[in-house]
Amino acid sequence: MTARRPGGEPEDSQDRPGGMSRRQLLRHGAWFGGAVVLTVVGGEVISHVGGAAAAAADDPNALRFVQLSDSHIGFHGPANLDVTGSFTRAINQVNGLDRRPDFVMHTGDLTHLSTPAQFDQVHQMMGELHTGKVFVVPGEHDSVDDHGEKYRATFGAGTRGDGWYSFDIKGVHFIALVNTLALEKLGHLGVDQLEFIERDVAGLSSDTPIVVFSHIPLFAMYPTWGWGTDDATQALSYLRRFSSVTCLNGHVHQLFSKTEGNVTFHSATTTAYPLPHPGQGPAPIPLTLPAGALGDALGIREVTYETGQHDLAVRDRKLA
Amino acid sequence: MHRSWGWLPITQLAAAALAVAAATVLAACAMPSDTSYGQQAPAPATTADQATQPMPGMTGMVMPASAPGADAPVATNTVAIQNFAFAPGTVTVKAGTTVTWTNQDQEPHTVTSVSGDELKSPALNAGETFKHTFATPGHFDYLCTIHPFMTATVVVTP
Repeated sequence: MTARRPGGEPEDSQDRPGGMSRRQLLRHGAWFGGAVVLTVVGGEVISHVGGAAAAAADDPNALRFVQLSDSHIGFHGPANLDVTGSFTRAINQVNGLDRRPDFVMHTGDLTHLSTPAQFDQVHQMMGELHTGKVFVVPGEHDSVDDHGEKYRATFGAGTRGDGWYSFDIKGVHFIALVNTLALEKLGHLGVDQLEFIERDVAGLSSDTPIVVFSHIPLFAMYPTWGWGTDDATQALSYLRRFSSVTCLNGHVHQLFSKTEGNVTFHSATTTAYPLPHPGQGPAPIPLTLPAGALGDALGIREVTYETGQHDLAVRDRKLA
Repeated sequence: MHRSWGWLPITQLAAAALAVAAATVLAACAMPSDTSYGQQAPAPATTADQATQPMPGMTGMVMPASAPGADAPVATNTVAIQNFAFAPGTVTVKAGTTVTWTNQDQEPHTVTSVSGDELKSPALNAGETFKHTFATPGHFDYLCTIHPFMTATVVVTP
């Protein structure tokens, strides 16, 4: 596990996948999962970051939320012949959890091609979630041809700028970012949004747990396929003084976790179809799995946090 | 076990078999059954192994050395969208020329200006085309909004 220095400067990590050739990446296979211990219990993956955070999962008063991602409503292809059915299963799974989540966050690519019909459909489906509140951030599939106008018309109420916002629940500060507009190769936040982040956290105590949502990873997971955000370093510099920062993203359609200094990153899986691991194949083309295997690659993520704990407990569950 | 190979040419099947073994290493951190991810052939050397250079503003992050349309310009008015790339990467046409893009991938793509509104296609599904007539000379960088690592250039001459 990467050494943690609360409140200090993030350690400069030299072992990022983006800096490697495919061959080097394979050679450094041990890098994967090296930062965060993932434990498999009965079909779910629990990440223990910094110790006993998972204990919060059993506390009825703990903060509890669900992350869904990359539902691609409107996708038609052999990788998933029924993305609507898969998303329905994910929603039913959330509704069947032992405890109702305080909120559900969908981290983007709600739709496949940003059509009005797809936005209507996914908006209606999300209305079926049994939870206190539903939040979303956009993916690049949600702004295919209009810089996110239809997305904001559907989901943008109460947001700032191109759709970013923040909120607080049970002592945790949440920041929801938009890094899928103004793209060129990589995700991009832009000057206005960076300024928003800086001001947003300025008045917070350094022991406030911070959770950041974005569609595209805020770390360099695989820049060759655009799996990174070119100005994320600037954004994370504003969060350096906080002892606990957790960044949750989608976009890559697979689980992945790592720690850099005070920040832990968790990429979520999808409810629609898997993508290849970084560099496996010429492009991030949807993977068609053998019959019956798709559900194992899809899933939902449950996150809990108990006041006073340092870290959040992240449980990734396969699609039920 | 039956596998669906999708885009994979037959000649790469042997290489893909090797990739399955390699993938099990990578799959160690993910969901338990996710060794089934390992169906892909290794990337061609030109894709993943090309030279890289540091990118300003993001310590430790690297990008492929190629810039938009860095390859040699080709005088043509047709561009293929194939294997998540625009080909040719840079085309040169005279003002008044109509350029046609054809999506030969199964995945949707767009033809969208990096800045400005010169190029603004809808999502192109498999086999669909997009045409645009360039009225004025200039250097037009564009990308696919869905896969923005796909970048290319149209150079319009007087």
